[in-house]
Amino acid sequence: MTREQILAMLRSMVRVRRFEERCAEDYVAAKIRGFLHLYIGQEAVAAGVIPALGPADSIVASYREHGHALLRGIPAAAIMAEMYGKASGCSGGRGGSMHLFSREHRFFGGHAIVGGGLPVAIGIALADKLRGTRAVTCVFFGEGAAAEGEFHETLNIASLWRLPVLFVCENNAYAMGTALVRSEAEPAIHKKAAAHRIGSESVDGMDVVAVSEAATQAVERVRETGAPWFLECMTYRFRAHSMFDPELYRDKAEVEAWRAHDPITTFIKRMTVTADELAVIEREAAAEITQACAFADAAPLEPVEDLLRHVRAP
Amino acid sequence: MKMSYRDAVREGLREALIADPGVLLIGIDIGKYGGTYAVTRGLLDEFGPERIRDAPLSESAFVGAGIGAAINGLRPIVEIMTVNFSLLALDQIVNSAATLRHMSGGQIEVPLVIRMATGAGRQLAAQHSHSFENWFAHVPGLRVVAPATVADARGMLATALRERDPVIIFEHVQLYGIEDDIEPAPVALDGAAIRRAGNDATIITYGGSLPRALAAADTLAAENIAAEVIDLRSLRPLDVDTLVASVTRTHRAVIVDEGWRTGSLAGEIAAQLGERAFWELDAPIGRVCTAEVPIPYAKHLELAALPSVEAIVAAVKEACHA
Repeated sequence: MTREQILAMLRSMVRVRRFEERCAEDYVAAKIRGFLHLYIGQEAVAAGVIPALGPADSIVASYREHGHALLRGIPAAAIMAEMYGKASGCSGGRGGSMHLFSREHRFFGGHAIVGGGLPVAIGIALADKLRGTRAVTCVFFGEGAAAEGEFHETLNIASLWRLPVLFVCENNAYAMGTALVRSEAEPAIHKKAAAHRIGSESVDGMDVVAVSEAATQAVERVRETGAPWFLECMTYRFRAHSMFDPELYRDKAEVEAWRAHDPITTFIKRMTVTADELAVIEREAAAEITQACAFADAAPLEPVEDLLRHVRAP
Repeated sequence: MKMSYRDAVREGLREALIADPGVLLIGIDIGKYGGTYAVTRGLLDEFGPERIRDAPLSESAFVGAGIGAAINGLRPIVEIMTVNFSLLALDQIVNSAATLRHMSGGQIEVPLVIRMATGAGRQLAAQHSHSFENWFAHVPGLRVVAPATVADARGMLATALRERDPVIIFEHVQLYGIEDDIEPAPVALDGAAIRRAGNDATIITYGGSLPRALAAADTLAAENIAAEVIDLRSLRPLDVDTLVASVTRTHRAVIVDEGWRTGSLAGEIAAQLGERAFWELDAPIGRVCTAEVPIPYAKHLELAALPSVEAIVAAVKEACHA
């Protein structure tokens, strides 16, 4: 890896981390409301996977998707304005934290029914396949989705119809407050892909280099073969499920133990990133977020007279 | 051109498949089997398995796949075998198809057509006889239509495919065999149709209840009661203007709806007439709905549960104090 690549990975993770921290602050300040699911701890997954995709590829994400949107290239200002419920938000203020969209970036949500984005993703891939493009659809979901019937329905059809889909399971060990071992008889989620004859791999989702290597290979494989692939990233969220979650279901010691695997600090150490290199990245991220919040603050609210827009085609 | 409702739907599908290479059909047993109600028979041979896609029994996933394909530029027509099984796809229809345009601030369009059979009357018992048109008509973001004639069965699909929003087409199982002499042409999705004119009372209905409403009007005519019969055609949006105009002439309204009375479309229509035509009414609005019981298997009990010609006649007479 070149120094440039190393710093790009770090920049991705730091941007997401600082963005999420600011979201938490703005939530306390009541600028952001509704559900807010932070990605802190899981940054290495989006930072490893999303740069492996090309501009013609598509992304479908879950409700913990700020980081994915940011790393896909949706401007921080448009995302923050969405969080603030403003008309200039990337979903016009109609979606909020859980429903970020950008057609231009082929970022198709932001889905807040667990597993609900999975069938939509195979449809996007079906259209690409029938049109003869070589585009890949990448769908992100948590391990909790594996308990939904839709998960198995979708994997089966993706395999049966040979659709170019990269399934990325972000296994952060908890479906809201339900520990994986309390919800799955087979907790190794990637093994379930084998039942549908989909190749899979499990990687350390706290290691951005491992995720990036696995994702780059997986995207190439899907593009070459046209068949689906399943990548399970073992990760952990350091913050609560949402801002409403008192975290009664896990020990503080467990969270602390995982913090030793923080994808950012471990990467800095391993790659011997210098204080100066880090300072530049931090400064840029801080400036980006400050500008985004200023934009979002100043952005207009949609007039109430427009309430009934976006229900049917104009 | 004389054709059955079944053939009319098939011809509509064929025409769409020929006209637009982006059109594809997805559903259970639509290909090799030829369609549960034989609507899609022959299409697999004509258009091939890429475009006539037999799906596994995964309603949620293949409806969702239709949504994704629609988002990404195709014009999928998804067949859900019957409304009974649509409950397995309700999440995708309500939480994805109906919301994506809105949640994305207008960026993502879902030009998806979903066809499904609906209704009772074939002794298929409680799990295969539902009428849930009202559930879907409840949801902003969906368009819901119920072709009740051969001409509408033939013409609504082409219009639905020109929409940029999800359209749900309900085909009542009792209608597949009816025949009519029609000129194939696209028809508007919007707007109720007066199927029989009359000045004494307005019978409002849709889908599989239309033939029974027309039969009731025949009986009433023999007793010198001229009933107007209105076919709603579109269940969302409702063409309330046409209903109000009719009731303003007849001053009496009876709504015939195969759904259960509680929470029914008939209830919604009665409410809207109450809001907009209260002072025109000379009698309470009558409702003929399905009895509040899961549809029984035994033929005599099933018939007793469903709206009958006799019940419609009686309701109109009551409204007319005849």
